Amino acid sequence: MARIVGIDLGTTNSLVAYMDKGAPRVIAGRNERNMVPSVVAMTDNGLIVGDPAKEHLTRNPARTVYSVKRFMGKGLADVQAELAYFPYTLTEQGGVIRFKLGEKTYSPPQISAMILKELKLRAETHLGESITKAVITVPAYFNDSQRQATKDAGIIAGLEVLRIINEPTAASLAYGLQQKTQGTIAVYDLGGGTFDISILKLKNGIFEVLATNGDTHLGGDDFDRLIADLFLEEIRERHGLDLQAYPDHMQAVRLEAERTKIRLSDVLKTTATLDLPDGKGRFTRELTRDQLESLTMGLIERTLAPCRKALKDAELTPGHIDEVVLVGGSTRMPLVRQRVQELFGKTPHCELNPDEVVALGAAVQADILSGGTTDMLLLDVTPLSLGIETMGGVMSSVIRRNTTIPAGAKEMFTTYVDGQTGVDIHILQGERELAKDNRSLARFRLKVPPLPAGVPRIEVTFLIDANGILNVLAKDMRMGQSQSIEVKPSYGLSDDEVEQMIEDSFKFAANDVSARKLIEARLDAGAMITATEKSLLEGSHLIASDNIAATRTALAALSVAKDGTDPRAIRARMAGLEQAAQSLTVALLNDSLTKGLQGKKVSEVT
Amino acid sequence: MARSMCWHCQSEMAGEYFCERCVKVQPVSKDLDYFTCMGFPRRLTIDPRQLETKFYELSRAFHPDFYQNKSAEEQTISLGNSAMLNTAYRTLRDPIQRAEYLLDLEAGAVKDIRTSPPADLFEEILELQDTLDEYRAADRDSGAAATLCAKLQSERTTLERRQQDMEASLQQLFTQWDALQDRGEATDRARAERDRILKHMRDILSNRTYVKNIVNDLVATIS
Repeated sequence: MARIVGIDLGTTNSLVAYMDKGAPRVIAGRNERNMVPSVVAMTDNGLIVGDPAKEHLTRNPARTVYSVKRFMGKGLADVQAELAYFPYTLTEQGGVIRFKLGEKTYSPPQISAMILKELKLRAETHLGESITKAVITVPAYFNDSQRQATKDAGIIAGLEVLRIINEPTAASLAYGLQQKTQGTIAVYDLGGGTFDISILKLKNGIFEVLATNGDTHLGGDDFDRLIADLFLEEIRERHGLDLQAYPDHMQAVRLEAERTKIRLSDVLKTTATLDLPDGKGRFTRELTRDQLESLTMGLIERTLAPCRKALKDAELTPGHIDEVVLVGGSTRMPLVRQRVQELFGKTPHCELNPDEVVALGAAVQADILSGGTTDMLLLDVTPLSLGIETMGGVMSSVIRRNTTIPAGAKEMFTTYVDGQTGVDIHILQGERELAKDNRSLARFRLKVPPLPAGVPRIEVTFLIDANGILNVLAKDMRMGQSQSIEVKPSYGLSDDEVEQMIEDSFKFAANDVSARKLIEARLDAGAMITATEKSLLEGSHLIASDNIAATRTALAALSVAKDGTDPRAIRARMAGLEQAAQSLTVALLNDSLTKGLQGKKVSEVT
Repeated sequence: MARSMCWHCQSEMAGEYFCERCVKVQPVSKDLDYFTCMGFPRRLTIDPRQLETKFYELSRAFHPDFYQNKSAEEQTISLGNSAMLNTAYRTLRDPIQRAEYLLDLEAGAVKDIRTSPPADLFEEILELQDTLDEYRAADRDSGAAATLCAKLQSERTTLERRQQDMEASLQQLFTQWDALQDRGEATDRARAERDRILKHMRDILSNRTYVKNIVNDLVATIS
């Protein structure tokens, strides 16, 4: 069977991992970093992803998308409250948000697909084979629309998504594999944009989730926002400047807020620095960990209520929890650790890198699916109750939250009026009493033969698969005929739209490839220019002057090519420079060897 | 057990969930009850650890994770069987759901929630509902509200004790049921005993649901 990779598609960063001889391993990129920033920028040369795109956040904020995960499976009305924080233009089409980047609009799954493609390419480069199958992680508290949107993103990226797996449970697989733990564990997962708590029972290789809870709109982004708001307020007071009018500076503030927060996990005091526009100089602000903690305490407290609810649903008390595992970059904050420790009365585990553990777990799940690992099995649950709207706008629960998946339920429907030819069904997800307070998943119409009221009997089967995604089947019990139902998702792309986006992604793929080649060539050329300039400074005295001149000429030629748009020309000039600078390189190497050998004994050299 | 002929190789089925000849997974029959599915007799006392062991064992046999490389038919069967297994486990794990399910199997549905209070509690519950309404209408900070709240608290204690009594009676009936089944008598006396236990269980279960809902309502109002 073809290899399956595990992907953590995060709010802030994404990673890809695979199983390497029985141990999961994260694949690093050309820049030797394991994480791909989940940022996509539309540049004049096309779309770019990851680290190079991140640089565009301050350069071209209106056309650089970050935190796309917050928009997955959502309508515009869902994100109204925080629109002011995002520099890009959002519209809505068919219940799905669209990002307007230049002339074109993109749905969140399309943007996510670009990140997935980057990870796919990374894996293909590293493994030297084509990758077409993946396990992708999502927050445990993601609803059906958000899961479906993630699956769509995979399909658009040319990946068959064999499984959508919950992030905290993925983390537990990574830990379980390493430590062979038994007992009851709590996984506290605070990421860039989402919070999850999952309570699991581990026994003889079975990972049974007892309960899960969370908040899909609470994470590191929100902490950054509080710090950024503080900076903005003080900039307004001290410098009389409202940075809202400067989207590029707004991004700089956000990024500096994030860096400040990260530094305060290690030190007790730090200074944030920001360049101000219009020659207004610089803003500096000293922030202590205490100040950060009083600022963010409310958010951290907000994670504790879901923890208590999950415990209650699992019919457990904190004393029953044997181990606590921390996942997600935001759990590096000392106050988070302290509050988690106080709640569960246990020192939490953080042996595995909280940024990588989810991707590692996804790789383990991928290995289970490919038949490699057979002793481990994950039994997850559906995080939210599934129901249908009944008379009077009340939700009637069909599958309760925290039911082990796959889960199925059957409901019988009939008619109220003679000759009625259809029954409308509205599927909902959530815990509230009234239909309107819950998430609308889909509406569909059951076709019924015209008969007296109450005579038709249509059996509808609701089946939540192992991905936590709903499938609906209807059967006419009188005729014994199955009816296939066109389920129109309330907040999702239709099959046709996904189809179109796949086509588009192929159409633009050629463009994307040449854009990528150019970007990579420029990056490599830049690195080479810097290195050669440094060599010239250090080693000019070691070589003949015509050698130096030749090197300088080749260097200048590469600089010109680098500013052009032809990646092949850049590569050719790079080869030229490499040749011209060869004697310089050799001379420097010899010089450093000679210096290194001086003063050492023969025994140390051999 | 699953059905008499393998869907794949058409051979006679002797194995439980897998064809002995072609080793293909077989769909769990829709007519199979949860007790049989999990390999337990129709008894009301079940060792939770044994049940869990069986659940894990069957999960390993059916879970879609292990059917990724198999045919579409097998994947569909794996999905259906897993969903059925999960429902069976959830139902049998909880003693009350287990008893309701058994009643359903033995004597038809019991689940309908009563619309009128049980006779022996009639007066008490009507009065309680009045107090609840009064409390809801009252100003929370007033002295009257405090008196009402104290009254509701004491009602809650009474009702919760009542719930416990019901559960104790149920436990006795469970034991009686299991003993009767173990004897396996086919006499008229045994049949009468069976009907008596079922009827008594049904009454307590439906009263219990009623009382439980009232208690939930009460707790939600005064907390």
